[in-house]
Amino acid sequence: MSTSPNTGSVAFDLAKIRADFPILGREVHKKPLIYFDNAATTQKPKVVIDALVDYYSNLNSNVHRGVHYLSQEATRAFEEVRKQISVFLNARYCHEIIYTRGCTESINLVAFSWGRASLNPGDEVLISALEHHSNIVPWQMICAEKGAVLRVCPILEDGALDMNAFVSMLGPKTRLTAITHISNTLGTINPVKEITRLAHQNGTLVLIDGAQALSHLKVDVQEIGCDFYTFSAHKVYGPMGIGGLYGREEILNAMPPWQGGGEMIKSVTFEKTTYNELPFKFEAGTPNVGDVLGFGAALKYISQLGMDEIAAREHELLNYATHRMQADADIKIIGNAPEKASLISFMIGNIHPYDAGTIFDQLGIAVRTGTHCTQPLMDYYGIPGTIRASFAFYNTREEIDQLMDAIAKVKQLFL
Amino acid sequence: MKIEETTSAIVDEFGNFDDWMDKYNYLIELGKSLPLIDDKYKIESNLIQGCQSRVWLHAEFDGNLVHFTADSDAVITKGIANLLIRAFSGHTPQEILDSSTEFLGEIGLTQHLSPTRSNGMLSMIKQIKMYALAYKTKQALGS
Repeated sequence: MSTSPNTGSVAFDLAKIRADFPILGREVHKKPLIYFDNAATTQKPKVVIDALVDYYSNLNSNVHRGVHYLSQEATRAFEEVRKQISVFLNARYCHEIIYTRGCTESINLVAFSWGRASLNPGDEVLISALEHHSNIVPWQMICAEKGAVLRVCPILEDGALDMNAFVSMLGPKTRLTAITHISNTLGTINPVKEITRLAHQNGTLVLIDGAQALSHLKVDVQEIGCDFYTFSAHKVYGPMGIGGLYGREEILNAMPPWQGGGEMIKSVTFEKTTYNELPFKFEAGTPNVGDVLGFGAALKYISQLGMDEIAAREHELLNYATHRMQADADIKIIGNAPEKASLISFMIGNIHPYDAGTIFDQLGIAVRTGTHCTQPLMDYYGIPGTIRASFAFYNTREEIDQLMDAIAKVKQLFL
Repeated sequence: MKIEETTSAIVDEFGNFDDWMDKYNYLIELGKSLPLIDDKYKIESNLIQGCQSRVWLHAEFDGNLVHFTADSDAVITKGIANLLIRAFSGHTPQEILDSSTEFLGEIGLTQHLSPTRSNGMLSMIKQIKMYALAYKTKQALGS
């Protein structure tokens, strides 16, 4: 990487960047891997893999417990990543970052801690038609338990959120709205700052599902103003099974613990337990220390590349792929919101996505086919699913060209 | 023709293809030529679970032989259904229960199809065998 004198940002040395990701060098079905399933999970740079190996080779010990050297060193590293995440998201305090297994667990934490304590019969939780099952089902569960009502804000034909509907659905009983930052299926980037402003005017709390966002754009939770923001490391070039919840201090403090166990307590007798302070109150049991350190390495890696650079490069890939697909009358892009992240959901004529995906796979191209865990959204469009190509900064125009060649082959086989 | 004779004929047919594209082309042709299931049988209760594309399998028993028809919204899946029907339809419940499904591995279908699709295929096979077992029981009860 070299520093560009004009912009002061780090210019992309694509060959070098691709070399940072060992898996990009492998073959699938005797063809070079073309990985376009980044919205499902991103690949991991060597620095992340090294961080995991280093942790288990040199540092493995339980955190916050031992007085011995290793435990203290591991604790320090573990808490430094918390600090790093809080800086990355521009949270006010480190203790506003709770480690979880990922977005799904973060949303469940809020639903079952905040929801169980705060929702009353007749209260409403407002989600959108764009949501991933993980931002639907926990709310269905807690609403059923508490007698609350789950409402769904519709979208417009192009896949953008219907903001007029959103405003009209915010009512006196709307206690919380849970909306995705970026749609995993359509790529729509929601106006989360505006959503938060409108919700707060109504006295409604805001949870933003950031699963798809952290890898694509700069996220500033204070600027957004949201009360909760959830994220998964594996979609940001980090390890699987680790992620987090950002929550505003005063709200997290008011919430009861969710899971009980070690670490989350201050003192325990059989009669009474007093709970630990933030963030530990919500972190029962031995945490996933190694993967936290891997997450830290991933955030450091993309920070060095620069989020603006990443966004610009991915935008260029999205534009290129969109233009090429628009030139083919048989391809229908599902989701054309004005603000989109670097993924395209599409159909090729009336070819079933699984048929197309099977042929792509034989050609070494990894895409996602199906409903993308957003079955209600597929029902809205009346389609069995889509083919989704999702791009990361390490993808190339040449790979998109090969995808277009593969599409031609699929058409030849099925149309 | 015995089930084993049909399945070894299928293995021979697929043995002619060196290239995966030819193999898939053939499977697609088989999919397109699958006699369509009667629309009245494309109902929820005939849907196969465990397959990511939708597959309907309908069975009829004439007191001696089991007859299958199927459909899917994905062509490759239909091609696989075609192979299974060719192998198993028109046989007695006992013959179906005794038959092996190894030929699918021999033609490289379990290997080359994605796990989800393989699961769909396995679900189809499981359903075919379930029907055979049910009809065998029916036969034994003499009803």
